[in-house]
Amino acid sequence: MSEKNQLAEELKVSVIQGDVKTRIDRWIANYPEENRKSALMPALRIVQETSNGYLTTELMDQIAEYLQVRPIEVYEVATFYSMYQHKPVGRHQICLCTNLSCMLRGSDELLEHIKHKISVTNTGEVSPDGKFSVRKVECAGACGGAPMMWIGKDYHENLTEETIDEILDGLE
Amino acid sequence: MAEVIQNECCYRTNHLENSWDIETYLANGGYEIWKKILAGDLSPAEIIDEVKTSNIRGRGGAGFPTGLKWSFMNRHAPGSKYIVCNSDESEPGTFKDRDIMRFNPHQLVEGMMIAGYVIGACAGYNYIRGEFWEPYKRFTGAIDQAREAGLLGKDILGSGWDFDLFAHLGGGAYICGEETALLESIEGKKGQPRFKPPFPASFGLFGKPTTINNTETLASIPMILAKGGKWFADLGVKNAGGTKCYAVSGHINKPGAYEVRMGTPFADLLELSGGIWKKRKLKAVIPGGSSTAVMPAEAVEGMTMDYDSIAKAGSFLGAGSVMILDETTDMVKSLERLTWFYYDESCGQCTPCREGTGWMYRVVHRIRQGKGRPEDIQLLKEVSGKIMGKVICGLGDAAAIPVESFLKHYEHEFKHYIEHGCSIFDRV
Ligand SMILES: Cc1cc2nc3c(=O)[nH]c(=O)nc-3n(C[C@H](O)[C@H](O)[C@H](O)COP(=O)(O)O)c2cc1C
Ligand code: SF4
Ligand code: FES
Repeated sequence: MSEKNQLAEELKVSVIQGDVKTRIDRWIANYPEENRKSALMPALRIVQETSNGYLTTELMDQIAEYLQVRPIEVYEVATFYSMYQHKPVGRHQICLCTNLSCMLRGSDELLEHIKHKISVTNTGEVSPDGKFSVRKVECAGACGGAPMMWIGKDYHENLTEETIDEILDGLE
Repeated sequence: MAEVIQNECCYRTNHLENSWDIETYLANGGYEIWKKILAGDLSPAEIIDEVKTSNIRGRGGAGFPTGLKWSFMNRHAPGSKYIVCNSDESEPGTFKDRDIMRFNPHQLVEGMMIAGYVIGACAGYNYIRGEFWEPYKRFTGAIDQAREAGLLGKDILGSGWDFDLFAHLGGGAYICGEETALLESIEGKKGQPRFKPPFPASFGLFGKPTTINNTETLASIPMILAKGGKWFADLGVKNAGGTKCYAVSGHINKPGAYEVRMGTPFADLLELSGGIWKKRKLKAVIPGGSSTAVMPAEAVEGMTMDYDSIAKAGSFLGAGSVMILDETTDMVKSLERLTWFYYDESCGQCTPCREGTGWMYRVVHRIRQGKGRPEDIQLLKEVSGKIMGKVICGLGDAAAIPVESFLKHYEHEFKHYIEHGCSIFDRV
């Protein structure tokens, strides 16, 4: 947990302030005034991005309060969509597509390579240095570049073991 | 191969430098139609007529005639109305809309503006799958540029008309491509499809009348109006006009998204995408995304890429997502992966889909592990038959179709696993 978030936890101060608040407010403005709830998905994403990559109950409650919805409405959405995480993840979460077009071009073998490379036995596990975790994902709409993975906001296509090594080594 | 003409509509500017910039778009006839509309030179009725003439059918997968869809909306009805673009693009094998947003976002923006005008919308939303960050940035970049140029926003070019566009990012859920699940998602809810009726045209986004179209459908509109409905219709075949963006993936040399004319021979598309890789033979084709029936190589001989020809050959054009499987493909393993997908993505509302998708996955999985039972094939047929037509949305049928078609054409591969505990490629 970053120092900033730890402090926020302790003081029970909402993380929705400063830059995070500005970003969420921009989304709220995109919807009719009475539909503040529409900003829930962007809010979850922004808070997750700025809180070590996963959502805690505390964080979801803060979002509920800010958007004036019941906590259960936030939990429901946060557990329905696969991009929201609820357990610690690596600093970089590797999302490897294993759907058919990627499978046909070797994604299963690449998964083994990644696991070995980041020293984990299973998907969902965080590497010993906290830097990586890997998750199998469904088709990312980039089968023209299969096999592919996405990390954060970036797509990486036409992967080989060599290019994966390069990409992962290049991350902080 | 006769020369295959490419990139006449949605991808027409993709080869240009900074094709996503408004300057490039304006230099290539961009926003001309929009300006004509604002000047009062093109009425909603005229536009609908032209779109009907173009014979364009929805590119999201269902193939519904777009002109007809638009005519369901009463633009004079009081209150807010919305135009929604479906850029969820999550059907395995599909990646054509991504390139529209990355390389020609302004044509989509103009298409959404025109559609919004026709139906009398106050605003429009483009629902972009959450993983598509780059396309999202290009799309919102285009909106910003259009707003700056005064083409969008309040009192557009002094016309007294207000209209604005926004993006909404998904969160990783295939089901949000289903149009009513998509609306729920924009409202900040779980993506669970609504029971229909009421249809979105009467009760849509925020409970207001709404028209939903696919990215490629909307991006085609400016060209249809610029060159005429007849031009577009003539590019295609009798039952479907235009060009079509095909996403070709799998065991080929040059996977990618190709825009060619509707009715292009399958053989030409295959050649365009470099032919089967590693000098191997074609085994099977899934022509329209994972939800369309798999076809053995013999069935695609002589087939052309349009609704009727593909239907005649035993499958469906869908979203035009062509997956190529070479002779080394293990069909049991392939189906196992697809059944997992539908199990993973079922929203869980309807019992036959929620339970059936899990059941089908578990049965195919145990067959693949060499633990299948002789009665499993019959069981799979029964379970898939119990989902078809008995659920709220198309995902249920979509889950059943691969199971039925893989068994129809490759039952012997499943039997081999059951009898020998391994694939037809393993030595017994
Ligand atoms: C499970 C499911 C997933 C779908 N996914 C998409 C999608 O990703 N993109 C899309 O445009 N349409 C998708 N559709 C179809 C939409 O419901 C809708 O028919 C389409 O967006 C209408 O636009 P069109 O008439 O321009 O094709 C999906 C349908 C179902 C049942
Ligand atoms: S068919 Fe499946 S995905 Fe569609 S509404 Fe029913 S349970 Fe949800
Ligand atoms: S199957 Fe991997 S991106 Fe589509």
